[in-house]
Parts: sequence; structure tokens; C-alpha cells
Amino acid sequence: MKIPRLLQAVGVIVGIYAGFVLVFDYLLGQVIPSSLLSMYMFFVIAGVFMVYTFTEESARELVAPIKALVEDPSKKRIRNVVFILIPLLVAGFTYQRMSPSFEAPVELRSIHPAPPATVKAYGKRYDLATLKNPFRKYEKAKPEKFRELVREGGDIYIQNCQYCHGDKLDGRGPYAAGLNPTPLNFQDVGTIAQLQESFLFWRIATGGPGLPKEAAPWISSMPVWQDFLTEEEIWKVILFLYDYTGRRPRSWEHE
Amino acid sequence: MMIKPPASNGKTRRVRKAGLVVFCLGLLLGVLALSLPGLDSGIAHAAELADTGADTATYQPAPKLTAADYPTIKGVNSRIAVWLAAQLHLWFAAFVLAVPIFVFIIEAIGMGTRDKRYDNMAYEFIKVSITAYSFTAILGGLLTFLLVLFYPHLFQYMSSIFKESMFYYALLFFLESATLYLYYYGWHWLQGGFRKWVHLSLGLLLNAVGTLLMFLANAWVTFMMSPAGVDPAGVFSGDAWAAIHNFLWNPINIHRVIANIAYGGSIVGAYAAFKFLSARKSEQRAHYDWMGYNANFIAISALLPLPFAGYYLTAEIYAYSQQMGITLMGGVFAWLFIIQAVLIGTLFLSANYYLWCGMGRSDGAVRYHKYIKYLAIVIVGAFLVWFTPHTLVLTNEELKALGGPYHKYLGPLGIMPAKNTAVNIMILFTTLSFIFYRRANKVATVSWASAGNAIQIALFTAGILNIFFLGVYHGYFTNTVYKVAASIPQVLTTLTIIVTSTAIDAFMYRGAKQVAPLHWGRVSDRSQYALFLLAVAFTWLMGLMGYIRSGIRQHWHVTNVFRDASPDAFTPGLGYAANVVSVGTILFMAMVIFVFWIADVSSRKTAADAYWKTPPA
Ligand code: HEC
Repeated sequence: MKIPRLLQAVGVIVGIYAGFVLVFDYLLGQVIPSSLLSMYMFFVIAGVFMVYTFTEESARELVAPIKALVEDPSKKRIRNVVFILIPLLVAGFTYQRMSPSFEAPVELRSIHPAPPATVKAYGKRYDLATLKNPFRKYEKAKPEKFRELVREGGDIYIQNCQYCHGDKLDGRGPYAAGLNPTPLNFQDVGTIAQLQESFLFWRIATGGPGLPKEAAPWISSMPVWQDFLTEEEIWKVILFLYDYTGRRPRSWEHE
Repeated sequence: MMIKPPASNGKTRRVRKAGLVVFCLGLLLGVLALSLPGLDSGIAHAAELADTGADTATYQPAPKLTAADYPTIKGVNSRIAVWLAAQLHLWFAAFVLAVPIFVFIIEAIGMGTRDKRYDNMAYEFIKVSITAYSFTAILGGLLTFLLVLFYPHLFQYMSSIFKESMFYYALLFFLESATLYLYYYGWHWLQGGFRKWVHLSLGLLLNAVGTLLMFLANAWVTFMMSPAGVDPAGVFSGDAWAAIHNFLWNPINIHRVIANIAYGGSIVGAYAAFKFLSARKSEQRAHYDWMGYNANFIAISALLPLPFAGYYLTAEIYAYSQQMGITLMGGVFAWLFIIQAVLIGTLFLSANYYLWCGMGRSDGAVRYHKYIKYLAIVIVGAFLVWFTPHTLVLTNEELKALGGPYHKYLGPLGIMPAKNTAVNIMILFTTLSFIFYRRANKVATVSWASAGNAIQIALFTAGILNIFFLGVYHGYFTNTVYKVAASIPQVLTTLTIIVTSTAIDAFMYRGAKQVAPLHWGRVSDRSQYALFLLAVAFTWLMGLMGYIRSGIRQHWHVTNVFRDASPDAFTPGLGYAANVVSVGTILFMAMVIFVFWIADVSSRKTAADAYWKTPPA
């Protein structure tokens, strides 16, 4: 028996939906965010619709059952049922959506807000556009000295940062589970790998309180390190972050 | 091209004279452009400065304003007024600058093939743009007035720096109008032999002037983003060329030229769809179907390289200022980029859908139907990757379940290498849709047809593997510098495949046998709505991205030089911005429908014989 096209289309859509949930939530153990899933499904449905309607016959076959339902006198009973059921379903869905829940509202917080043009720290003003890591030059010029600086940076990291950012720099330190926003994972391709060193300097020196408006709400637990570390120590720990993760700071000069 | 030598009777001589005049006009334009005081090189200008003495002292630093310096009108939000006027002006300008570009090409094709249909189509395209042209000018005037009215200090500052280019801009507008009217109203007059060449040259001149106009306006806009030729206090050095040739000028120039063509194509596509849907006779349907197909072809051809131009522009913005770059892609505006990605995907989807529907014009296309679902799977799949955001919108429960804002598997899809890979794949498969479409009603008769097919399959397979390899390897196993670098070989791979496979196809199907005739006009109404969707999505997209481009200056009129102290100097929330742009889109669409309608009205006639007195015999 040939499955009606409408049923096929619905089957494909439901199948893909179930596939997403199955793969992400169960097999991979990382839930798929509902906001993303609804966006995915919207375009999956559009795609299915496109495939099923690009020829005349296929489009006609697809809508034939719907047309019959509305127009065919012999289907009066089903029609009445459907015409009652659909508004009820819509009403139920709307009610569900509108009724208040205990879930806190979703926040569109940007994790990497734009840095200000200049930053005040250590009683000085730094121009972030031109600020450079003063130790970076040793990487080529004096490799031994550079290794020494990285090692010192590592000590600073272990003494100060690993509680939150983790001893593997993966954002899973002992305190991490209790914090929201969570300490960032420096191993991820989306954090320090795409930032310049001056950005890191700004974030480390001024911490959560130094975040600009768009990073509201200001609930980040990142401490203000200019109160505890010297300028040099911050530059050294930055060297360490890149060295340990094997990433390069973003820069526009090709090497 | 074979053009018969013109018989040299009196008439053609006159035309020749006219041609000479046109040529001289063009030459004059060239000389004018070269001798613009502001446009010559900095060195020459420096020499001039030395002659006239220290001229620089006459320039003032950028004014430091307070909210009181901005005039207000009760009940009018000055920012939204300027915003809408600028946006509407830009939409129309993009359209009227783009149409002559492809009208010129279509006219040339018509001359080459001696197929009158091309000439008629080109004429119809330009006819649509004529009314739009006056809208462009009116809206440009409105924008200027609003700027003078609501932002007098900004306008004064800008005009002190760009005085030359603004002056010549205004003059060039005369030339633009004159050429356009001559081109349009002279269409039927300048036909055949030498006259046609004169007409084509007019088209070229029209395009040259139009492009020059846009480049000048771009200079003002990009100066506000990446000022040059001024010191940190905003004191102008007197070097107008430096201010024009600022950091983002060329990236914007390139991006806008390509985008305008795609946009213009989509708008005339909507026009054809409009006419198709309202046509009653089958010849008319056939004509507008054919016109819509060509418009869509233009739009898509320009759409394919557009993501790369956009990528170049973004990279340059990053290079100009990390702060601007992060505001753009990582900060508040990042959410708009998700909408952008969705809209660009919509463009690709509707363009593909239109092609697939169009295969129904020939009965031969049935052979390819079974492949369409695979195309759809890949294109939709690539599209999902393309719009997966870097920072996911998570409910608290999901946040807890994931243990942080990063998703182990979806996170890596959020960064540029994944998106570049996806967009290259999307472009390649759209090309494949095209190839299928072209083959729909033909069978290759050349002896090497199967070898040719094998080569094409090999080409696509190798290219796709290469794009994947580059994306995965450079995206996830090397550092950021190479991430950026990887996009270039990816693009080159894509371009190579497109060019080579189109070339192979062209040879393979030379003198091919027709399986079934192509019935223009035999296409579903649904496909025409896809053309509408294309135009609307384009308009909306341009509005949103234009807002971002302008918005990343944040509270500056001129970045880091001239502060915006007006009460409106805040960065609006996403909903607010999207609403303004949506209202603009609706206004624009309403005006465009008016333009379509008015183009139609001129050919309508109402017989009212009884109304008029019968003339005395
Ligand atoms: C109390 C916990 C805590 C400690 C200790 C801590 N951090 Fe953080 N850090 C955070 C949190 C939370 C964030 C994320 C803030 C956000 O999302 O805005 C963060 C963010 C950062 C960032 C920004 C990364 C990015 O991609 O924007 C850097 C860099 C950083 N931390 C470096 C350090 C260094 C270096 C140290 C030690 C000197 C340190 N942190 C110690 C909690 C901590």
C-alpha cells in the first residue's frame, strides 16, 4: 500500500524531531536547547514542504486529503471532529505558553561583550586598541626567558584561578558548579582562541564589575584581579593560558 | 558579434554626431573626476597646500555637543525619522543603481544574439526603475533635509570635510538623470546598427555615473565608521582623498555593488511575479515567467559571491577595531546575526525552490526529480549549521543540564569555520540545482558525455571533501590566524567548481537534443510567491544589516572623534530595531507596489468618446 503523501510528510517531520531529541538528549547526553530545536524544526518543515510541493502532481496529492476533508460531503463527521479539535489544541497550546511558571526568564547575556576603547586599571589608562603583552616578544627573541615567564604564569594560575577555571583550564574547577555564569572554558574554540591579549587583560584586571552595560546582569563572579595581582603577573598568566591550551591570541599579523 | 556597417546616409551621420557628443560627455566626466580637487592624490594636494600656505588652521575640531544642540519637533522622533528616510532612500537607490547594470548586460546579449526578446525585457526592466528613480531622489532630498534639521552640527562637520565631494555629487546627479532619461526615452529611437551602439554606450555611461555617485556616498558613511584624514580631536588635515579613501571604503564599495545587483534582480523578479500572477493571456504569462526566471538568475548569480564579500567586510571591520568587531559579532548585535543567517538561508531556500518548480516547464525534468530530495537535505542541513548561534539561548534548566553556557557538540558549529564550510556547501548545491535545471529538457549528444559527467561528479566530490577538510582541520586544530586564512582556499575551491563545471556543462550540452520542449508560463503560482519572498527577505535583510553597520558606532557620530550627545544616542534593543526595520520594509514594499502599478497604468486606456465633442468635419 502506498502511504499518502501528507502522512509521509508528517512522518518525516516527526521522525527528524525525534531524531534530534534522541541523538542529543540521550545518545550524546547534551540536551538540544529548545529555542534552537524550534528554529531547526521550522526550517526542516519548510524543507519538507518544498520537496513535497515542487511538482504539480505532488502538491496536489499532498493537499488532497485536506481538500477532501473540507469539501467531501461524506466526511462530515470527521470534519466536525477536526474543526472542534484544532481550535481546542491551539487554545491549549496558547494557555500552556501564557500561564506563568517558576522558570526564570531566559537571558540574552553576551559572554563576550565589546571592550571599551580604553580601560582604567592600576590608576592608569590603557588604550585597548594598541595594548600589547610586553612579554610576547620574548617568544622568538629569548625562548628560555619566555619558558620561565610561562612557568611563573602557571604558578599564578594554580594559586589563583584553578578553583574556578579548573586545573585543566576547561572551566570545571571545584567551585565552578556553584557559579552562574560559569567560569569560562579556555580550551573551547570560542573563548580565548578568538580574543586578543588586550581583551584578556581587560577582563582579568577588571573582572565581573568591569563588564560593560550589554553584559548585564552583572552577576559574573570573576574577581577584580588588579586588586590582587600586579600588572606583570596578569601578563604572565595570559602567556600561560595560551601556552597550556596551545591556542594563539587573535592578531592580524600572519606569522 | 556581427554588426552590419551602417549605411552612410544623412540620418546615420546625424546619429554619429550624437554619438560623438555622448562620447565627449563621457570624456568630460572622466576629466572632471580626475580634476576634482578632493579626489587627487594626497601628494599633489600637499604640494598645493604648501603653495597656499597652512590651510589646515581653518579646520575646527569636532564639536562637543550637549542634548540641547539637537533641534526637536514635538511629536517627531528625530532618530527614527532619519533612520527611515535613510533606509528607504538606500533601498530605492540600491534598486535603481542595480537595474542599469544588468539592463546593460541584457541589452548587450540582445545585440549579440539579435534576439529581440532580450531587448524588450531590458526595456521593461528600465521602465520599472524610472518611477523608482524619482522616489530615490525625493527620499534623498528628504534625508538631507532631516539631517540638516535634526543633526545640524553633524551635517556641518561632515560637509566641512566633504565639501568637494558633496558639491560634485549634486552636479553628477544632473548627469545621471540626463543619461537615464536619454537611455530610457531614447530606447526605441536609438535602434539598429550604429544607433544601438550609441544606446549601449549611454548605458555604460549611466552605470559609470551611478557607481561613482554611490562610491562618493559610501565615503561619507564609511568615514563615520572609520574616520581618516582627521586627528583624534577631529581636526581635518585638508586631505579630502584620505577622508574618502578611509579604511572601510573599499570593503563597503565591493559589498554594496554585489548586493545591489542581487537586490535589483530580486525586485524585478517580484515585478515579473506580480505581472505573471495578474496576467490573463497565456503569451503574457509566458513572457513574465521568462522575465522572472532571468531576474532570479541575476539575483542568484550575485547572491553566490555575496557571503564572501560580507566576510571580507567583517574581517576588515575587525582589523580596523577589535572593539567594533566584537560589538558586531560577539556582543549585542550577535543576536541580529542569527536573524541575518536565517534570512540568508531563506534566500537560498526560496531560490532553490523556484528552480525546482521551474523544472516543471519541461516534461524532460522528471528524470531529475528523484535527486531533488537529496539536494534539499544537504541545503537544509548546511543551513541549520549556518544559523546555529555561538552563544545559545538556554533556559535555566538546560543551562544546568549542560553545566554551562557551552554546548559540547553544537558550540563548535557556532564559530566561523563551521559557518564558512556550511555556506560553501550551500552555494555548491545551489549550483547543482542550476545544473539540473539547465539539463532538465536536454540530453547531451557529444561522444564524451558520460566521461564529462564522471568528471563533474569527481569535481564536486573532491571539492566538497576539500572544503570539509579545510573547515574541520583549520577550524578546530589550528589557531585563529589560520581560521581566517582557511576561508580563502574554501572560497577558491567553490569558485573553481562553479566555473569549471559550468564550462564543462556548456560544452557538453552544445547542440544537445531536446527531450521535451520548454513551456514558458507553465509554472505554479507557488513558485511566484517564492520570488516575492526573495524580494521581501532581501529588503528586510538589508534593513537589519544596515542597522548593524550603522549601530556598531554606538554613541558616536564619527567613531571616537565626534560624540553623539542626542537623547537618542543609545543602542536600541533588538525588538525596537527590528520593529523600525519592519515598518520600513512595509513602507518600501507599499511604495514598490505603487511603482509596479504605475508602470502598468501608462499602458491602460479608457475609451471615453462620448465625453469629447466630435470635431467639426
Ligand atoms: C570565583 C571564580 C573565578 C576565579 C577565581 C577566576 N575566574 Fe575568571 N572567570 C570567572 C567567571 C564566572 C567568568 C565568566 C564571566 C562571564 O561570563 O561574564 C570568568 C571569565 C574569565 C575570562 C574571560 C574569558 C572570555 O572568554 O571572555 C578570563 C580571561 C578569565 N576569567 C581569567 C581568569 C584568570 C587569569 C584568573 C586567575 C587570575 C581567573 N579568571 C580567576 C570566574 C573566576
